[in-house]
Formats: sequence, structure tokens, C-alpha cells
Amino acid sequence: MQTWSLVSICVLLGVVVRWGVSLNSYSGAARPPMFGDYEAQRHWQEVTYNLPLQEWYFNTTDNDLNYWGLDYPPLTAYHSWICAFIANKINPEWVELHTSRGYESPAHKLFMRATVLVADLLIYIPAVVLYCFYLTDGSAKKKVSTLFCFLLYPGLILIDFGHFQYNGVSHGFALWGVVALGLGWDVFGSMAFCLALNYKQMELYHALPFFCYLLGKCVKLGLMGRGLSLLVRIAVSVLVTFALCWLPFLSDPGQASQVVRRIFPVARGLFEDKVANTWCSLNVLIKIRSIVSRDSQLYLSLACTLLAVLPSSIRLLTKPTFWQFKLALANSSLAFFLFSYQVHEKSILLAALPVCLLLNDLPLMAIWFLQASTFSMLPLFLKDGLLVPYVVTSLAFLFFSIYLLSALEHCTEEQLRLGAYHKLFFCLPKMDLACVLRWKFYISIAVMAGLSVASVALVPPPHLPDLFPVLVSATAFTHFLGTFIYFNIVQFSGPPARKNQKKNN
Amino acid sequence: MAAAAADSGRWFAALSLGVSLLKCLFISAYHSTDFEVHRNWLAITHSLPVSRWYHENTSEWTLDYPPLFAWFELGLSHVARHFDRNMLLVENLNYAGPSTVLFQRLSVVFTDLVFVFAARECCRCVQEQKGSRDVLTRPPFVLAVLLLGNFGLLIVDHVHFQYNGFLFGFLLLSVAKHLQSRHLQGALLFSILLNLKHIYLYVAPAYGVYLLRSYCFTQDNTDGSVRWRSFSPLRLVALGSIVASVCALSFGPFIMMGQLPQVLSRLFPFKRGLCHAYWAPNIWALYNVLDKALATLGVRLKLLEETQLPRASMTGGLVQEFQHSLLPSVSPAVTLVCTLLAILPAVASIWWRPRGARGFLRCLLLCALGSFMFGWHVHEKAILLAILPLSILAVESREDAGIFLVLTTTGHYSLFPLLFTPAELPIKVVLMLIYTVYSFTALKNLHSSRGSVLRPLEVVYLLGLVAVAFACEVIFPLSPWQQKLPFLPLLTTSVYCSVGVFYSFLRLYVSLLRPEEKPKQP
Repeated sequence: MQTWSLVSICVLLGVVVRWGVSLNSYSGAARPPMFGDYEAQRHWQEVTYNLPLQEWYFNTTDNDLNYWGLDYPPLTAYHSWICAFIANKINPEWVELHTSRGYESPAHKLFMRATVLVADLLIYIPAVVLYCFYLTDGSAKKKVSTLFCFLLYPGLILIDFGHFQYNGVSHGFALWGVVALGLGWDVFGSMAFCLALNYKQMELYHALPFFCYLLGKCVKLGLMGRGLSLLVRIAVSVLVTFALCWLPFLSDPGQASQVVRRIFPVARGLFEDKVANTWCSLNVLIKIRSIVSRDSQLYLSLACTLLAVLPSSIRLLTKPTFWQFKLALANSSLAFFLFSYQVHEKSILLAALPVCLLLNDLPLMAIWFLQASTFSMLPLFLKDGLLVPYVVTSLAFLFFSIYLLSALEHCTEEQLRLGAYHKLFFCLPKMDLACVLRWKFYISIAVMAGLSVASVALVPPPHLPDLFPVLVSATAFTHFLGTFIYFNIVQFSGPPARKNQKKNN
Repeated sequence: MAAAAADSGRWFAALSLGVSLLKCLFISAYHSTDFEVHRNWLAITHSLPVSRWYHENTSEWTLDYPPLFAWFELGLSHVARHFDRNMLLVENLNYAGPSTVLFQRLSVVFTDLVFVFAARECCRCVQEQKGSRDVLTRPPFVLAVLLLGNFGLLIVDHVHFQYNGFLFGFLLLSVAKHLQSRHLQGALLFSILLNLKHIYLYVAPAYGVYLLRSYCFTQDNTDGSVRWRSFSPLRLVALGSIVASVCALSFGPFIMMGQLPQVLSRLFPFKRGLCHAYWAPNIWALYNVLDKALATLGVRLKLLEETQLPRASMTGGLVQEFQHSLLPSVSPAVTLVCTLLAILPAVASIWWRPRGARGFLRCLLLCALGSFMFGWHVHEKAILLAILPLSILAVESREDAGIFLVLTTTGHYSLFPLLFTPAELPIKVVLMLIYTVYSFTALKNLHSSRGSVLRPLEVVYLLGLVAVAFACEVIFPLSPWQQKLPFLPLLTTSVYCSVGVFYSFLRLYVSLLRPEEKPKQP
């Protein structure tokens, strides 16, 4: 089989799975008055298309910010405008000011789904293909397998094509940045990442590794010679990209500051709903929100996040290799997810992206984490009526990633990089950690499956209505914390032994 | 060897699991009226006594499959009870609650396991030329993908909604049993199949003649002709009793109740038109178009008065009854004669010169294609009857691979109008692309050592199909003809495809009738 045909089949399968999921319901379908993220995106189209740009982020008579006000950076707004432009050509009712609120119809759903697919096809999927082909080792078959699993990651598919969001765009830009950095096109990479940042502010989760990698590289090249020129080029490209994205808002300082205030809503509290991060899990034991004042909450979370990000960032700064960069991306986004302020359950996708990059290097751990991340969003999927696609895509991902990447066969202690654990826990009796880990994996999968079934089939006791969501988020939290520690340890142990890996393939 | 077998078991399991999961993704997709047909049959068989099954007509979708299928529906309905009792009420017309949809869709996915098992058996029968180390390039793997991932079955069963996978499972299993020389099992499976859905009567001549000639006669003369003295009455009795007992099991209760004429009148409704609402790509599509063209030409040349022509003919494709303007109208008897004439040489050939199970398979394909080309009221879905068994031959020889590629591409494309809802457009296009890309590259790769698979003219024809598809799906809806000639895309599609199907039919005939190749020189 030619590689091109296998690649095209993988991509097409990815498309058909995405479209299959998109046939299902979306968030807030037929649930007035607020609906859900689907209506939010549609409302942004309505607002950006009908109002002048100066009013987009302001509360005016025509723009009620309490009803899904625009709270993403300008690129999202421009994207909404483009979609609205096309929507208006097809059916003006879809984006009519005021009267189109809560508009739902099969044709409109089809249009919205198509916009997500187009964005995915243009930005996310090409980046994934490029990454798998130029930046992973192994035979062509292995690369195709990695590509297939990467494209099939259920979390992103279910959120974008089921729940309804455009994460593919920001993830895609970030991935373009990673690919460019991996190929040595630093200026292009930093521009791509700036676009990601300007599409969703949550991409800040990845910002520190990008910064540290580029800075570390400049330092290594010599801050007086080539390093300086690279630094200047990168800085200029970043500034230019930002300026271009914000150009319409720069004329008036009030505009820009209002956008920033909308993007970072400090007033919203430490966390919402049930998130599998530290604060929400601690909340089961200590009611943190009632003890600590809102400002202190902010500072506390900031301090914890910085503390958690610091080790991996410093390590990356001193050793700016691509391998360290990938691990630092995972560590930084996990640190942000676990400790930062105002985290949504969907933000785990930001950690899932860099872990997808590690599918080829650390298959078992990556698959385990990705599965847990999908599972952590289970309450959301149940609310949106996405049970069937959740079950189908999760089973498919779990089975095919383990089968195609032979995750359970290549798991000696060395391949899993567990050597450092022996040093850390020297007091414990010697045992085969790989075997322990494999058993933990089986048990964890069983627990996730059991909790999924329980959430669907059982009715929680009346005095504990949130029993299953809390259990789900607590379970997911332990997984995320464990992965966070593991990836940090891997980052601090030696680089991957390439020759050894090739032999095993 | 054991390791290789275990390995093949793993990839096959992975493949079938993957395809089954993909099928589950289409649960909430569009489903046709066939969904209601099967719901109604569930209700009839569950809530009415057997004597009422073939009399019940609350719904317009009366039970018109043979009794064994009704028994099968009865079995399903006992599971359906646990999902949603409301779907089992006869008067609950067009009922499609979420759990009903889930149950019906899952019932198709699960009964498809018969098909999966049959595909496994077929893969075991494939002759391998050389041992390749890479699984992806071995004929059994290619055959498994071609069968399990068949585009037509996916959209007809899992989007449009029917139980073809289950039925084709019996057909392929019976073919596999014949390839393994287990003729009695093959015959049993085929008689079960016939009692599940009588459309398979089309291929019954191939079965009858093959079993009689190659099973009941145990020896041939040296020149390959039949040795009459070797006839084994015991084998004939065994075959006969198998077929008779299956039929008795299925039809027995209805014969006892004296309802046989009623059942048969439901099974063979000749009141329908020559062509299905949408023309299947067969000879009659060409015939209709020729008639239309002649009529138009006649009017232009002032040889005919437009007012004298029958009215309905302009909307061809949209009404059931098609009245021919100039050419003689076609009656069911004529199509029957044409069909018999079309398959006669194939059947005769395996009587005079039997070529083993593969010759039988070729004859079966010709019966299927012959009846598709000339039959009365043929559905476009019937093309699967030829495509699926042909997959087996396609992985074994280069020539059959060429025929297969032409037939599948045209046959599958002619299924496109089945899914007309815009939401399912990406599904049908992408699935078709996947299947086409895979079948072309895999078969080319498989037969690469023996020259190219397709002839230049076939390549041109298939490229033309791409152009037709583009014109019909993209250009036409934007053009002014959209209003004036709404049926034009369907017409073009079925005419263009019928050429390809007819060509494949002829080439298959050539491959059957051509004198046997000389044994290769060492």
C-alpha cells in the first residue's frame, strides 16, 4: 500500500467520524432561555455581523453582554464575522439582530456543523498530518498509526462536533506553531502561536513553554550573536502579529482595555461546576471558596500555578530540545489546568493536545491520560445527549490506539521511563514497576467504565444529587495529578534513547 | 503457522470491531421508510397471531418477505420489548422514539455479525499466490476490508436502514462452504436465505445446476462432459430433503392454514412498474431513454404530434408507471424471458464444462447481474448481490479485479440518490471516497506484478463518472435547468452507470465462456 493512500484513508475516516458525531445533539438544544455554547457561537455571529466593531465588546442596547457576550479575543470575533457573512447569504434569518436569538433549525445546525468541519479541515488536520510525518520517528506504518490515533482523539471530536465549539482552530494554530518550531522555522512558529493566543486566551496554558523554548534556543545560540538576531526577529514577528490582530481596537485605549477585561473575567470565581482540578477536588474536603476571600483565591491560585509550572519551564530553558519542549507543553498545560483560576472542564483539551504529541513516544501513558481526559467530561456529554458517540468514540480510540501503537507490548520499565521512580522511592521494596503500572491501567479503565455505566444507569441518592459528577471529577483528578507528576519526572530524566527505540520497532 | 493464524485472528477482530463501531456512529442519521417497514413487521409478528401476519394491512407496508424472515422479526421483537413496548403496537404508525431507533439500529449492527463471520470464512478460502510478510498487502486482508467496509452495505443498512448484511452473510457463508466443498452445508444455508428473502431466487439457477451437476454426479468423463452413470440418488435425496425441510419449517404453518396463495400474492406483487421510482442502472433505463430520445426527435422532425404522446412520460423517474411513447411497452413476461435468456448461457456453461466452485461463483454473479440488467422493477440496491461475491474473485485474479473496480465504482455511485438529505451528503461522499481509494490502491498493489488492473478505456469511463458526479451534484443545482428538468441528474446517473454495469456483465461472460487457459509452462 502506498503511504499516500493510507494517509488519505486515515484523514477521510477522521472526517467521517467527525461528521457522524455531528449528527447528534449539541449543547443547549431546545433549552431556552439561555441555550448553550451552540447559541453562544450563533449569537456572536449575530453581534459581529450587525454591530460596528466598536460595540462588539461593550454592553449596549443592541448588545446585551449578559446574554452570551463576546468573551474571546479578536480572532474569534473575526471568525464569527466570516461565518455570519456566509450565513447571511444563505438565510438572513440566522443572524438577524435580536430576532434570531435562540434560532434553531436542521438547516442551521447543518450550517454550523459545516463551519466547524471546514475550520478543522483547513487548520487542525493538516497540522496533525505534518506533525506525524515530519516529527515522529519510526516506519511509515507507525507514522500512519500515530496519525490515525491522533485524529481519532475523542475529547476534541466530542466537544467540537458534539457539544459545539471551535477548539480545532486554536489547537490547530498551536499545533502549527509546534510543527514549525520542530522544523526549525522559529519565526513562523511564533506567529502561528500568536494566532492561537488571539483566537482563545486559554492558549496561555501553552505560552510558557513556547517562550522558554525560544528564549533558551536564543541563549544557546549566544545572546551576542545569532541568538540576538533570532530573538529580535521573533519579538518583531510576535509584536506584528498581535498588532495586526488587534489593529481595529488599538485606536482607542478604552476599546483595548475593555476587550482585555472581557477576556479575563476575574469576577467569576475560582471554579465553576465540577472540574477535575485541585480546587474543585479540595472543595469536597474543605470549602475553600467560603474560607478565602476572592482576591486571596486569585493570588493563591496564581502562586500555586507558577510553582507548578516553574520546574519544567526552567528545565526547558536550560535544555531547549524538541523533546523537552513537548513534555514542557504537557506539564505547563496540566499545571494550569490543575491549579489556575476559573478553569472549565473543557480546558483539559489544552493538556490533551501536547499529550497527543507524545502518543508515539510514550504510547501507554498518553493513551491512558487521553482516555481519562475524555472521561472527565462525561457529565457534560450526558447533559448534551452525547452518550452514544461518547461510548463509540472512546471504545474505538482505546482499542485502536492500544492495538496500532502496541501500547501494552512495548512497556518495559525502560520504555516507560520509570527508572527515576526507583531512585525516588528507594526505600520501597524492589518490584517490577512496569507490571504495577499495567495493572493500574487495567483497574483505572475498569473504574472509568464502571463510573460511566453508573452515571447513566443509576439514580443518585436524594441527599447526594451530585454524587456521580463528583466521583467522576475526583477520579479524573487523580489521573491528571499522576500524569502531571509522571511527565515532570520524565522531563527531568534523560532524553529518549533513539537507537534503542528504533531497534524495538 | 499457529502464530500466523493467531495474528490473522487479531487483525480481523480489530477490523470488524472498527467497522461495527463506525456503524454505531450513524444511529442518529437519517433513515428511510424502510425503518417504518421493519418496525411495522416487528409489531405485526409480535402482537398478532400467525394466521393474521399475511392478512394484516393497517400500514401500507405489509409483510412481503417470506415467512422465515417473519419468524426472525418475531425473535427480534422479543428483545425489542425490553427497549420500548410502544414500537410493538400495530396502530402506532411511524413511531420512532429514541429507544426504538437505538434498538432498530443496534439490531442491524448485531445481526451483521453473521456477515462478519461469513467474511471470515471467505477470507480463509482465498488462494494466496505468494507469502507476503506484511499483513496489509495480503489477499485475505484486502478481501476482509472490501467485504466488511463495503460502501453499499454501510449506507443501505446503517443509514438507509435494511437488514442486507445479515442476509448477505448467509449468501457469502454458503458460497464459502461451496468453495470449501461442503456442499450440503452450502445448500442448507442457501435454502435458509431463500426463505428469508426471495430476491435471492435470482441466483437460484446457479445453485440448482451447480449442485445437480457437480454434487449429484460424482464423476466426469475425460473431456469434462457429464458421466450419466455416476449419478448418485442418495446425494439428490439428501439435498432435496434439506431444501424441503427448510421450506416446510418456513411455509409449513401457512400451508396448514391454507394461506399459501395469500402469502405468495404478498411475495410477488406484479402490480409495480417496470422500473423503480429511481431507475436502477440497467437495460430498461437505456430503453426508456432511447424511447424518450426518439419521441423528442420525432417531435422535432415533425413526424409526431406532441399531443398524441402519453403525458406522464416527461416526468420519467418520478412516477412509478412509465408509458413508452414509441417503443413497445414491456410486460413482466418479457422481462422474465429476457432475464432467462441472459442467464441461460452461464448456467449451460457450468453444466457442460463445470469449473469447480469458482466457476459456480462466476455463474452466480452472472445470474445476479443478468437479472439486475433485465429484471422487472429492479432496485438499485440489488447491485450489491453482484458486488459482494465478486470481491472474492477480485483479490485472486487481475482480470476480475478490473471488472470489480468498474462494477463497484458505477454500482456504488448509482446508490447515491438513496441518501438525498443534505446532512448525509458528507457521509456518502467520504465513505465512497474511502472505499474507492482503498479498493483501487489495494487491488493495484495486489496485482502489480502482472501489469495494470484497468484498461485505458475503463480509466476514461471512470474519469467520466467523476465528471458526471461533479456535474450532477455541483453544477446542475446551480444551473437554470434545475427548474425545467428536475429529473435530469438521476437520468444521467442511471444511464451512465448502466453502461458500466452492462460492460462488466459482458466481461464476466467472456471470462466464463473463454476456453480454459493452458497449464502454465514450467
